[in-house]
Order: sequence, then C-alpha cells, then structure tokens
Amino acid sequence: MASTSRRRAGAPYLFLTPALVLFAAFLAAPIGYAVYLSLRRVRVSGLGLGKGARTEVWAGLTNYARSLTDPEFVPSVLRVGAYGLIVVPVMLGLALVLALLLDAGRTRVGTFTRTAIFLPYAVPAVIASLLWGFLYLPRVSPIVDVLGGVGITAPDALSSSWVLYAVANIAIWGGTGFNMIVLYTALRAIPTDLFEAARIDGASDIQIALRIKVPVIGPSLVMTFLFSLIATLQVFAEPMTLRPLSNTISTTWTPLMKVYRDAFVRNDIYAAAATSVIIAAATFVLSYGFLKLVGSRAFSQEN
Amino acid sequence: MKKVFAGVLAAALLMTTAACSEDKSSESTNEKVALTYWSWAPNMDKVVEGWNATHPNIQVTVNKQDGGDPAVAKLLTAIKAGSGAPDVMQAEYQKIPTLVAADAVADIAKEAGDLKAKFPESAWNAVTLGSEAVYGVPQDSGPMMFFYRADIFEKAGVQVPKTWSEYAEAARKIHKANPKQYLGTFSSNDPGWFAGLAQQAGASWWGVQGESWTVAVNDAATKKVADYWGGLVQEGVINNKPMYTPEWNAALNDGTQVGWLGAVWGPGVLEGNAASTKGKWKTTLLPNWDAAAPANGNWGGSATSVTSQTKHKAQAAEFVKWLNTDPAAIKALAGTANVYPAANDATSVALTEPPAFFGDQKDFYTIAAEAGKITKPFTYGPNVNVAYSAYNDAFGKAAEGRKAAAFGAALDTIQQATVGDLKNAGFTVAG
Repeated sequence: MASTSRRRAGAPYLFLTPALVLFAAFLAAPIGYAVYLSLRRVRVSGLGLGKGARTEVWAGLTNYARSLTDPEFVPSVLRVGAYGLIVVPVMLGLALVLALLLDAGRTRVGTFTRTAIFLPYAVPAVIASLLWGFLYLPRVSPIVDVLGGVGITAPDALSSSWVLYAVANIAIWGGTGFNMIVLYTALRAIPTDLFEAARIDGASDIQIALRIKVPVIGPSLVMTFLFSLIATLQVFAEPMTLRPLSNTISTTWTPLMKVYRDAFVRNDIYAAAATSVIIAAATFVLSYGFLKLVGSRAFSQEN
Repeated sequence: MKKVFAGVLAAALLMTTAACSEDKSSESTNEKVALTYWSWAPNMDKVVEGWNATHPNIQVTVNKQDGGDPAVAKLLTAIKAGSGAPDVMQAEYQKIPTLVAADAVADIAKEAGDLKAKFPESAWNAVTLGSEAVYGVPQDSGPMMFFYRADIFEKAGVQVPKTWSEYAEAARKIHKANPKQYLGTFSSNDPGWFAGLAQQAGASWWGVQGESWTVAVNDAATKKVADYWGGLVQEGVINNKPMYTPEWNAALNDGTQVGWLGAVWGPGVLEGNAASTKGKWKTTLLPNWDAAAPANGNWGGSATSVTSQTKHKAQAAEFVKWLNTDPAAIKALAGTANVYPAANDATSVALTEPPAFFGDQKDFYTIAAEAGKITKPFTYGPNVNVAYSAYNDAFGKAAEGRKAAAFGAALDTIQQATVGDLKNAGFTVAG
C-alpha cells in the first residue's frame, strides 16, 4: 500500500520531467550563462596580438555600470518608451474597434475582412520592414508619387522628425490583425442573451459595446496589452532592417539593437550580456507590475 | 652553436614521433591532405579546381561564405570553441588585426617565403601590420576610382575633375544645371569608403608605437576630408543619403546620381544596379588634394590567411601562395572569381580586357593599376569594428543635420569611442 502511494506521489514529477528538463536546458541555463558572462570581461596585455594576449577575468558589476552610463542607452530607452506610447494605444484601439465592428455585423463580408486584417500578421517583420522601406523612400515610393500627383509634397518618412512614426507604423500594421482576432474570439464567446436583454431594456449598439462587450472581454484586453508591452520592449527587426536605408536610425536606436551591436559588431559579449540582463529585468518588472495593477480585474472571469 | 642545433634536432625528432601526421605530412609527398577554404568570392571553387588538378595530395574544398562580416563572426566563434575553423580563410584587410588579436590566423612568414616584392606596399602592409610576421597573402585589392556619366558631363559642359576643388566646382555646376542631379553622395553607411578617402589624404587611423597602439581618426588629414564633405553637404550640392539603398539604385539608373567615388570593383555594382546605363560611364583616378603629388586610397580588398587551427600549416601556406601569385591562379581570380587580384603583375597577366560594362574604355585596368600604385599605406587596428559602427552613428547624425561643423565633430566622437574601447579592454593607447 505504502509503495503505491509513494509511486503516486512521484507521478506528477515524472510527468513534469520533460518540461523541466527542456526548461532547464533551453531557458534557465542560457539565462544563467548570460548572467555569468555579464560579470566577466576580457583583459588584454601589450598590443593584444597573438596567443595568450587576452584573458577572461572577473569584472564585478563594471559591465552593468558601463551599460547604464552609456550615453546612448538612456536615449534608446526613452525612444522605445515613446514608440510604445504610439504603438500600444493605436494598435489595441484599432484592434478593438475592428473587432467590435466585425462582431456587430456578423456577416459574410466579415469573414473576408477578418482575414484581410489578419494577413499582415503572417508577414515576417523583416519582410514587412523591407516592404515599407520601399514605400518610405521617396524615389521608389508609389505613395509619394500619388501624393505628388495631387500636389502634396510628402514628408521624408525616414527623416529625424518622422522616423519614429515610420517604425511604429510597421509594428501597428503587423500587429493589429493578431490582436483583433484575439479580441474578436473573446467577443464571440459572449452569450447573446446578454445583448437581447440589453436591447429589450433599450440599449443602443454603442451602449451595448461600451457597457457590456468591452467590460466582458477585459481579460483578453489585459492579455493583448501585456503581449504588446513585451513586444515593444523587444523591438528590433523593424529598425534593424530600416537602418541601412537612412541616416536617422543609429546602431543603438533601441536597447536590443545595442545588445546586438555590442555582441556581434564590437565582439564584446560581456557588455551585451549585461544589457540583456537589464532588459530582461525591466521586462519582468513592467509585466509583473502591470499584472499586479490589474490583477483582480484580469482574472475575474475565472473566479 | 652545436648545442642549439642538437636541441632543435631533438625537438624536431620528438615532434615527428609524437605528433606524427602533423609535421611529417609536409615532407612525405604520398600522404593526402584535405583543406577547407572559407571564401565569399563568386566561383572560388572553380578557381580552386586549378589547384586540385595539379596537387593531388593537397585537396582544397571551398566553403562559400555570406560575406566578410559573417565569415569573421563564424571564425571567431570557432576559434573560441576550439574547433570548427577552416584551414584557410579569406579575410578583409581591416579585419586582420582583429583576427590576429584573437589568435585566429597564423604567422606564415617562414612557409610563404619572400613575397613582399610581388604586392603593392599598401596591401603588404595590411597583412604584416608593419611587422616581420605575415598573417596572410594579399588576394584582392580595391584601389578607389572615380566613375562618372560621360554623357551628362558633356551635356553640362563639365570638365572631369582632377582635384577636389575641381570636383566641388563640378558638383555645383551639375546641381545648378539640374537641381535633381548630384555628382555624388556622402554616405554615413560606408565607413570603408570614408576611410579610403582619408587614406588618400594621408591618414592612417591606427598605428603601433612600441607596446602601445595609436589612434588618429581625428587627425588633420581626416579632418580636412570631413570638413570638405561637410561643406558640400551643407551647401546642398552633394546628396546626404546613404549608398546601397533602393533610393541610390534608382538614382544611378535614372541619371540623377551622376558620379560615384567607387573602387576597382565598381563596374560590377553599376552593372547590377544600373544595367540600362551601360556604355555611358567612364572612369578615371580619384580627384586629388595636390595635383602634383597624386595619391589614392583603398576601399575593400582581402587577403587569404591560414588559420591557427589548421593541422597542415605548410600545405595551407603553399596553397595560399599559389592562389595569389601563380599566373594561372591570378588569371582565374580575375576572370572567374571577378576580383581584382592584389598581385602587381595582375594587370599584365590577367587583366588585358576592360570589364564588359566599361567596354569602350580600353585603358580601364591601366588606370586601375596606376590607382593601385599610388595608394598610400594605412594601418588598421584591433577594433576597426568599433570605429566603423561609431562612424555609422556619428556621420548619420551629421549628414542628416547638414551642418559642416558637425562633420569634424563626428570624427571626435569616433576617436573617443575607438580609444575608449581600446582602453576599456586593457590595451595601452599612446597619446
């Protein structure tokens, strides 16, 4: 008897093992290694040429100090903040409005429109950026041609005053569809008797949308917001692809681009590891803080 | 003396017995050796076929790479990992100090013998870093040349500029005649291009002084070049957009980019990007600062190096030497791999016909040879990558702002970033 119960107590761990092993090998170990690297540095002796001229030594927290005091780091963080202020509200706002419109119609046209709005999400960010890059460059852009045809001189989308919007636009174009589908699915799950009751009480479509639909899909909104927040902190592919096309996107335009530059252009994996750890910590704090903030509301449905 | 000799003999004996295959194979002709060669030059495998056919015991396999940067990143990873590196590696000149610093390439001074006289001084300097060591044999070089649209020059009544002040005049004249047209562009995306222009003016951004490095990105010669371009950009007669963009391609095609300060490999770029303009371009030497003392700079070019992980150093060195000095190999490099061989006798051996895109200009390679001959020496340092990425950022800002003063200031930013990085890594930096 005792042995069976012991075996039963061990069973959950047995089932968890594959997941735990994978987690340890492909997530925990690399993170641990990154933290280790962030505390190391290379020490060069003499001219640094030839064998044994470079040794790896402990660096303490100097890599972190260097990262945080880098004159390019704070501007890149602020830039991503501004980028997030544009992308997240516009993208989620658009997604919500489109989802509500589609849900209100519930027609044949809906299926096609839904797919059309979702499609950009299937385009990889690098391809999307190349595509938009062509649309931004005045000499090869049909948009500029059309605007020129009706007498409007289009602003240079990659100039310093517009480039942030140009990059944000790509993210919005690519991300709206995904968020729209998530919200739309949540809307479809709302029982229709709720609307019927509201309609009998004399509620208009707009009132139904604002008073019933939006509050009910609250958890989905929280989830899409969280995903968008994390995606914002990790913005990389779009500015990286547009960079060679313009003077205005530096190699440290976003924090992740700085990590890339340090690791693969400057061959300084130690500084890159330190910045990565900082970004990871910031992402964790922001996501966790946000979940705490909305906590009870986000999961109210399940309770 | 006798004692030393005996010692060496003993060591050699020990090595032959202990390491058997490694050192023995260089003497015994019967043993077969397989080498790998990482290169990104097109059709390099066909060039190597010539070697394999005549050297049955040393078979070389070419492993095609994406380009100079990714190949170096891969090699450095393999060196760090302790295995996985090829025996022979194509390396851009500016990467050699980085590779030497990482102990990724071997000194083949002994195996290669005296090759100095076979190459232009600037190329030889790049593979020796000014020392007695030989970290590779120059494979191809990129002396800068000026390409221009002869038809548009003629129409606008513009003389081909021989000096930079004439170039500025020509830029003004062309832009004035048609505000859409520019004689050139200042590209914040091409640090190698700007380094070539600085090299022509007499700059050498790095140097060795005893046991320390010197960095001179913001020296007087480079300042002169930066101020010159800053002035033209501020005036608006030179474009400020980067090269190698769809925008730039379109401008080359529709004739609004009237000239290009390129290098000897330029015809391939023009043909690829602006095929419809064939026959309209001509080439000449870069404009000069002092017409009486013509000079030139280098943009691009690479050496063939033996890596430190190879087990067959002697054979690898032999192959490298053949590839870059044997007349048949040089001919194949030029004709099949479409590179401009670094060897001095390339022009007489291989490059008798102009490239197809410049078919009318019979003296194309005579000009190229002249451009190579007057190229000034330039020393690269162990952190070229840092300086080059700082160039992207600093000159991106300056070009966007179109203020001449910002161009000189950008050089100070690059200098600071470069020196700061060296010091941070523990290098001693003089000055």
